[in-house]
Amino acid sequence: MKMVVAYIRHEAFEPIRTELLELGFPSLSISEVKGSGRQKGITERYRGAELTNYLRPKVKIECVVSDGDVQTIVDTILKHGRTGAVGDGKVFVLPVEASYRIRTGESGEETLQAHPDAAAALQQ
Amino acid sequence: MNRALPLGLLLALALPATALADTFDAAGNGKLPDTVGINSIWVIVAAMVVMFMQAGFAFLEIGFSRGKNAGTVVAKILTNFSIAGIMYWAVGFAFAFGSGKIAGHTGWFLVNFGDPQKAFPIMGLSDATIEAKWFFQFVFCAVSLAIVWGTTLERIKFGVYVIYAIVFSSLIYPIASHWVFGGGWLQSSLGMQDFAGSTAVHLIGATGALAVLLHLGPRRGKYGPDGRPRAIPGHNMPLFGLGILILWLGWFGFNPGSTLNAIDGRFTEVVLVTQLAGCAGVIAALATARWRMGTLDIGMAGNGAIAALVAITAPSGYVSPWAAIPIGAVAGVIVVFGVLAIDKRLDDPVGALSAHGLAGIWGTLSCGIFTNPDLAKYNAVGKAGFLYSGSLHQLGVQALGVVVVFAFVLIVSYATFGAIKATYGLRVSAEEEDAGLDISEHGMYGYPEQFIPTPELVGYGAAPTALLRPSPPTPTPKEVPA
Repeated sequence: MKMVVAYIRHEAFEPIRTELLELGFPSLSISEVKGSGRQKGITERYRGAELTNYLRPKVKIECVVSDGDVQTIVDTILKHGRTGAVGDGKVFVLPVEASYRIRTGESGEETLQAHPDAAAALQQ
Repeated sequence: MNRALPLGLLLALALPATALADTFDAAGNGKLPDTVGINSIWVIVAAMVVMFMQAGFAFLEIGFSRGKNAGTVVAKILTNFSIAGIMYWAVGFAFAFGSGKIAGHTGWFLVNFGDPQKAFPIMGLSDATIEAKWFFQFVFCAVSLAIVWGTTLERIKFGVYVIYAIVFSSLIYPIASHWVFGGGWLQSSLGMQDFAGSTAVHLIGATGALAVLLHLGPRRGKYGPDGRPRAIPGHNMPLFGLGILILWLGWFGFNPGSTLNAIDGRFTEVVLVTQLAGCAGVIAALATARWRMGTLDIGMAGNGAIAALVAITAPSGYVSPWAAIPIGAVAGVIVVFGVLAIDKRLDDPVGALSAHGLAGIWGTLSCGIFTNPDLAKYNAVGKAGFLYSGSLHQLGVQALGVVVVFAFVLIVSYATFGAIKATYGLRVSAEEEDAGLDISEHGMYGYPEQFIPTPELVGYGAAPTALLRPSPPTPTPKEVPA
């Protein structure tokens, strides 16, 4: 089991989510985060004075999947997240020790299975 | 040397103004009748209330924009209002209210026009001073210009406002409004009735809004890959509501002030008519929204008020109070269906095309149905409506007026915006649109706390010294603001 953590541009999220849904991975979490990297800051100019803002807004995606699915998730994020400009973000893959589904009490890989019909189910 | 020329030009303009101002002379001779003072006070008070509508448009548009595009509206409203003020003084007022069938040609810069009753014949019925009348008509022009930008929120380049505001307030609005209520051919030859400007102010503005929207296209993300419209919710419904109520208040200057006269007391009935229409519009729009959309939509309640007030603008001086209720109610229904239909194809964030355009057309046509023969005679324009006369003549005149004004404004505006698009450009880049116009056009946020993280906002030691050095070479040169 692995957790894929990605920091991406806001506008990249929707195509990534749409494709993951079509591939059968509806389960993920996001948070709005602010962070810094190589991307330049934004300078606010307020009544003649400046305030440079180095922490830029990004979307953080977290998604736990079976080892065999990690590359699919990473490839999807790379495909849609890349504009070629500084500030596209990064992807990290972390090991996960255990996993439980709260509703049923199931544990392990059982809780991470792909849902090939996830997209169709959501549209109904 | 460099300063001599513009200074001389200013003097040339200023000197005749003081020498020939008729008000000034009359006051000096002690000949200014009391009625001039009374009527001028009413016209100025009404005009100030109409000026307050700028605040209404600002809050309405801010409320219906996302938080990243809130501050730009303030700069836009101030810029447009200011440009229009100077242009309307220089040439606009002369085109709009000077004497002439096609376009007025007396009263440039409000100087050297001689007898104001002859220079501005259509306003001769009121003896208010010409400066009062100018201010009143200028704030109308500013309202019409504000309506244009309702469809363009969140994606237009700021410079477009400047260029189009000049053309609009010196040519498009003055000429079209001259035809409708400035003594031009639609009014004086055909007898088109438009008391305060359902067509002359609201339809002109909405037609400009349509012209720019056709060139500009929708906001990013408004239409999904399947072509279906998606909601882009505005960020502040309370501010929107404040805007609506300020506009409603403004209408009590807009319609009753168009009497330009306090002495005959007509303006009080116009207040009543205006209020009844607004009430009917809100109720009808909310009921229609509940019926068609299943919810008591807050935005539609506000749009219903505006649509009804727009509709009653033309008939407000021509109809009996009871007629205000059907006129307002129909406008409230029209605006809901209009917004829902237009949203499928055209991205109009505030519903200007429906609330000012469709309702403006309905209001103008409604004169042809509801105009009271006594009031038509009193205003000395046109004839009674269908319900009183059984004749479709006045309705036909109204329809012709709507078509003529719509076509003229659409063609001229479409060409103007086409020229701007080809040279200066209409839209900001996709990256700037994503970042928001506040930061990309003005370098500052409307709501800084929302966009600048608290640790960097406090203002001490926020920037790590390492970051102040020139940035390290990066593999790609492209930089995206968002």
